[in-house]
Amino acid sequence: MVSLLRNQKVRNTLLQVVYVGSLAALVLAGIIIARRNLAEQGITSGFDFLYKSTGWDVNFSLLPATANDPYWWFFLIGIINTLFLGCTGLILATLVGTIVGLARTSANELAQLLGRTYVDIFRNIPLILQVFFWYALITHLPTPRAAHEAWGLLLTSRGLYVPAPNVGGVAMALATSAVIAAIALPVWLGRTSRLSQPFGQRATIQLAGAAAALACAAIILVVGRLPDAPLLDFPALQGLNLRGGLRVPPEFSALAIAIAIYGGSYIAEIVRGGFKSVGKGQMEAARSLGLSPWRVFTLVRLPLALRAMLPILANQYVWLMKATTMGIAVGFTDFFMIVALTINHSGQTLEVIGILMGGFLAINLSLAAVFNRINKAIALKGNQLRG
Amino acid sequence: MEMVIVAPPAPGRLEDLKRRFFATPLQALLSLISLAIMVSTVWKLLNWAVFSAVFTTSGGPEACQAAAGACWSVIAARWRIILFGLYPFEEQWRSALACLTVVVMTVLSCIPAFWTGRRIALVWGAGAASYYVLMKGGVLGLSYVGEEAWGGLALTLFIFVTTCLIGFPLAVCLALLRRSELPWISRTTGLIIDGVRSLPLISILFTFAIVLPFALPQWLAGDKLYRVILGSALFFSAYQAEIVRGGMQGVPAGQEEAAMALGMSYWQRIGRILLPQAMRNALPATINQFVISFKETSLVVIVGFFEILASGNAAYGTGEWRFAYVEVYAFIAFIYFVFVFSLSRYGAFLERRMAVGER
Repeated sequence: MVSLLRNQKVRNTLLQVVYVGSLAALVLAGIIIARRNLAEQGITSGFDFLYKSTGWDVNFSLLPATANDPYWWFFLIGIINTLFLGCTGLILATLVGTIVGLARTSANELAQLLGRTYVDIFRNIPLILQVFFWYALITHLPTPRAAHEAWGLLLTSRGLYVPAPNVGGVAMALATSAVIAAIALPVWLGRTSRLSQPFGQRATIQLAGAAAALACAAIILVVGRLPDAPLLDFPALQGLNLRGGLRVPPEFSALAIAIAIYGGSYIAEIVRGGFKSVGKGQMEAARSLGLSPWRVFTLVRLPLALRAMLPILANQYVWLMKATTMGIAVGFTDFFMIVALTINHSGQTLEVIGILMGGFLAINLSLAAVFNRINKAIALKGNQLRG
Repeated sequence: MEMVIVAPPAPGRLEDLKRRFFATPLQALLSLISLAIMVSTVWKLLNWAVFSAVFTTSGGPEACQAAAGACWSVIAARWRIILFGLYPFEEQWRSALACLTVVVMTVLSCIPAFWTGRRIALVWGAGAASYYVLMKGGVLGLSYVGEEAWGGLALTLFIFVTTCLIGFPLAVCLALLRRSELPWISRTTGLIIDGVRSLPLISILFTFAIVLPFALPQWLAGDKLYRVILGSALFFSAYQAEIVRGGMQGVPAGQEEAAMALGMSYWQRIGRILLPQAMRNALPATINQFVISFKETSLVVIVGFFEILASGNAAYGTGEWRFAYVEVYAFIAFIYFVFVFSLSRYGAFLERRMAVGER
């Protein structure tokens, strides 16, 4: 027996079995105890509850939702809400971050100072505090009767009212995909015609493609609008409340603003790092070829910086998606809040926690997969461009 | 031959300004826009926070509401609840002293003289112990105050310190397990680390606070505060483990091979050769992680703790100070800013200091 323990191979196997086994036993014991505890409360395990109606309502949904809808539908709504808030925050944060990051890398010392102050202030205050702050600010705005009005937007304590297009759902979806195509088309054209055309022509083709797609979107909107109604529906005061337009609830705007500002300060640092990593020689070479400053920026500096930024940016985006779980602090029904509410109402703790983990794993993995693809597609081939 | 470098004639002050800010029309425009933003923001902020602000509580909330600027009276009236939560009024000096202990501890651990494993453990162990005794009492003639009465800044600091204290050794263990040569050990640990990292912290805190009691036998469930701290420590250690592992990968393989050739045992190799060098490599990222985890302690407000954010909400949420939410949030933001900014500046300084040797 002792000689067997002296054998390296036997000992290693034993160690591994003990380690994995004890972890598995711990998890298993937890699950068994939990099942017994839940059974005592009259909760049967299993996923049948997904088809029961919830009996409670969500305050924000892109899909139709009532209290009669089943749990699985609410989980779907939660995931879509999380993705919607995450994408909105991601786009806004990238915009803010790009502007601030460019200010920090600019040659102008005043702009640098401005960018640095922004990053130093907003990066060092916890996100949830910023969410609370914006939420308090928005809910303390005047009531609809005394709303602030600017450019057709109405700022009230019940949310932000924006003009909405009077367009049917199908037309809206078509128009949205046309806009997405307008963004994707130039990229695709740029990739396929990389070597065959000189720079000038390529840009013209790309612009033409984007313009055509945008025109398509406009035509779809005009054709698909609801009969006898103006194209844009402006919010207006009617009695004590506002009618028309689209209401952006305070929960959503507070979260989107906070994520944009806080995430923007992190992205600004990533942008700055990306631009700093571009070798001086690259820019000097471009300038000595006689390229204009704008060309140096768009053809040399930006593409190289983008490649350096992208992997770090992907991590930041995953983080941003996870930050949408702050929704529960102000009552925005994101995926996590739906999970928490479901546990409270149905008591199906173990199953719901499983769904939560699966959901976030799926979101993270798909984001990572998308960015890996992009990363691979734009990576420099060979080793011709170092330093 | 002697080279003489002649400095170009120093430009006049006006010339200098022109060169720096108005070199091209675009630069001039950028300068003017930046200047306009800066001046207007600073002026508005100063006007709000200082010139037309109310500082005393003498007028009560009414005088405050009438003023155009900030109402700092709410802080003057409610600072105790923000900093100490519901801690008994006469005992709040203990809470303050405990906060000071944490600050001293943090400052001490920033001094290179304390950067040996034993000393840093001693500083943090002693700090946490004296914090605990001060807050909880029951010994040395201090009256007993249960955890449910802890709150405000003191609770925030307690959660932060215990998270680090539990999370750091756990992180080192996880990192060592992950780089183990036994495939099943490293794979399982990798799975745990990546699993925890892919989840949002709130969901982990929620699971530990509300779901875990179901999965534990009654005698093991313990207080909710300690369960949440455990969850937050687990989250911290998953991230920190990757940082430590990165630091270990930066140590040349020859170091460990040399140690093996000298006949050192596994623990000697880890404790005397690998970890000291790995920690040095990982130091900047580690400080960054501390900063992040300090900010993230604020999330415990969601599982119902009365830490500084919740006590801030309570400070303006009740009765007559309902309008003064901006001031309260500004005050809390300032407290966070002081802690986080000084820590991150220190991290940046350290990074520069350590880069000196590698040039």
